[in-house]
Amino acid sequence: MTSQKKGWKDLPIAGVCWKPSTEYLTGDWRTFKPVVDTEKCTLCLLCHLYCPDSAIHWNRQAEAIEFDYDHCKGCGICAEECPVAAIEMVRE
Amino acid sequence: MAITKQEMLALSGDEAVAYAVKQSDVDVVAAYPITPQTIIVERFSEYVHDGEVDTAFVCVESEHSALTACLAASAVGARTFTASASAGLALMHEILYVTSGCRAPVVMAITNRALSAPINIHCDHADSMVERDASWIQIYAENSQEAYDSIIQAFRIAEHPDILLPVMVMLDAFVLSHTLENVNVLADEAVRKFIGTRKIPLVKNHDGNVVPFKLDPENPLTMGPLDLHDYYFEHKRQQEDAMGRAPKIIKQVHDEYAEMSGRSYGNGLTESYRMEDAEVATICVGSTAGTTKTVVDQLRDSGTKAGLLRLRTYRPLPKTGIIRALESVKALAVLDRSHSFGGYGGPIFHEVRHVLYDSPTRPQVVNYVYGLGGRDMPQRLIHRIYEDLEKIVRTKQVEDPVQFIGVRE
Repeated sequence: MTSQKKGWKDLPIAGVCWKPSTEYLTGDWRTFKPVVDTEKCTLCLLCHLYCPDSAIHWNRQAEAIEFDYDHCKGCGICAEECPVAAIEMVRE
Repeated sequence: MAITKQEMLALSGDEAVAYAVKQSDVDVVAAYPITPQTIIVERFSEYVHDGEVDTAFVCVESEHSALTACLAASAVGARTFTASASAGLALMHEILYVTSGCRAPVVMAITNRALSAPINIHCDHADSMVERDASWIQIYAENSQEAYDSIIQAFRIAEHPDILLPVMVMLDAFVLSHTLENVNVLADEAVRKFIGTRKIPLVKNHDGNVVPFKLDPENPLTMGPLDLHDYYFEHKRQQEDAMGRAPKIIKQVHDEYAEMSGRSYGNGLTESYRMEDAEVATICVGSTAGTTKTVVDQLRDSGTKAGLLRLRTYRPLPKTGIIRALESVKALAVLDRSHSFGGYGGPIFHEVRHVLYDSPTRPQVVNYVYGLGGRDMPQRLIHRIYEDLEKIVRTKQVEDPVQFIGVRE
C-alpha cells in the first residue's frame, strides 16, 4: 500500500498529515471491485455523486465513467444506487 | 541575576492561581465552575470584566466543553488555561487524552477534591491520580505560594518545543484553595518577561511545506486525524519521548524561576527535607508535606533520623531522584490520599515501591492511605507513622504493608 513507513523519530507529532490523503492508496482494502457495463450505463452520474471516496470520475474523452481503483475501497454503494444496474461488483 | 521585587498579598490558593493566570498573558480561558475550583474562574472572570487582562473568556456548558474549547484555542496557537476538580475533571477525561495527543500545551489547575459517591467536596487526590496515564505533566503544590509559582512555570514547561504536553497543577481543596496565606507575587512585567510569548515550532504539512504547528487557513495542516494500527503506536511513543525530556526542562524552568524569585522547591521534581542521613522517611504529595515537615523537625530535635521526600511532579515520575534520595533510608512510609480499590495500596505506593525494585539499597516500605474525603491528617497521626517505621527498623518486619490511617474501625 504505502512505501516504507516512517518511525516515531521521523513522523511529525500530533498525527499531523505528512502527505496528501490522495497518496494514501486505499484500493487494497477492496474485496470486490466495481465494473461498469457501458452498454447499460445511461451516463446519469448518480454513482459519481454517491461515491463516498470520490473514486468515480467522468472521462470526457471516452464519454464514460471510470473508476479510480487506487482509492476505491469496494464498498458497492455505486452498484446499489445505479438505477439501471449497470455496475457489477466483481471479486478481485 | 538579582531577585526581582515582589509584593506580599493575602491570597487563598484559588486566588493565587487566578493571580498567576492574570499575569501570564493568557489568550483564552474556558472553564466551568465546580467547588472548590470556583474562585479561580470567578476571580479571573472579574479580571476579564474589569479589563485587567486581554483574554477571551468562554463560558461553556460543561467541563467536557471547557477543555474542548481550550484544546481548539491552543491548536490555533493561543495560550490557554482552564481549571477544574473532582467530577469536573472526570468529565474531561476523554478530552485530556485528545489534548495531549494533539500536543496542545494547555495549562490547567486542579483543586484536588474527592470523587462521588457519597458526595464530598473536600480534599483527596482521587480525581487527578486517576488521570496519571493521560500524558499530562502533573505538578502537586504544597502551599498556595507554590501553586502561584507553579502556574507561571507550567506555561513555560508546556509550551517548550521539546515538550508540547499539557500541564496540570494540583492544589489541595480547602486546605489550600480556600485558606488565606501570605503569597509573594512578582511584578506583572517580570512574569511577562519570564514566560514570553508562545513559540510555535515548525512542522512539515501534507503538501511538503514547512509551516507553523497550528491550525491556520493560510498554512493548512491536519492534527489528530484517524490514526490506525499503522501509525497510532508511533504517535504514542512520541508522547513518551516528550515525557522523557520533561524532567530536564522542568528543572531548568524551576531553576531559572528560583533565580528570579528567590523561591525553590527541591530540584523542581522532588524536594528532600532533612533526608541526608534519614533512616525513617515518608513520601507524599501536596499540603500534607507541610505538616510532615513540622513532625520531622520535632523528631530530629529528639534525635530520630527522620526525613521527608515530597514528590512535586508525579508525571514525569522522578525515578532516579526517588532512588537516590532514599539511599540511607531503612523504613519508608508512602502516604496516599487516594486508593486503588482492589489493588495493592494507593497509586503513589504502587509506583514508589516499583521504582525501588531497581535500588540496591531499597528500604522496607509500608503504605498509609489517609485523608479521604478531606479527613484531617494531624501531626499526631504522622507521629504514629514514624513510630511504626522505627518499629519496622527494629524488628525488620512489615506486619501490614497497606494501612488505612485516620479511619474509624
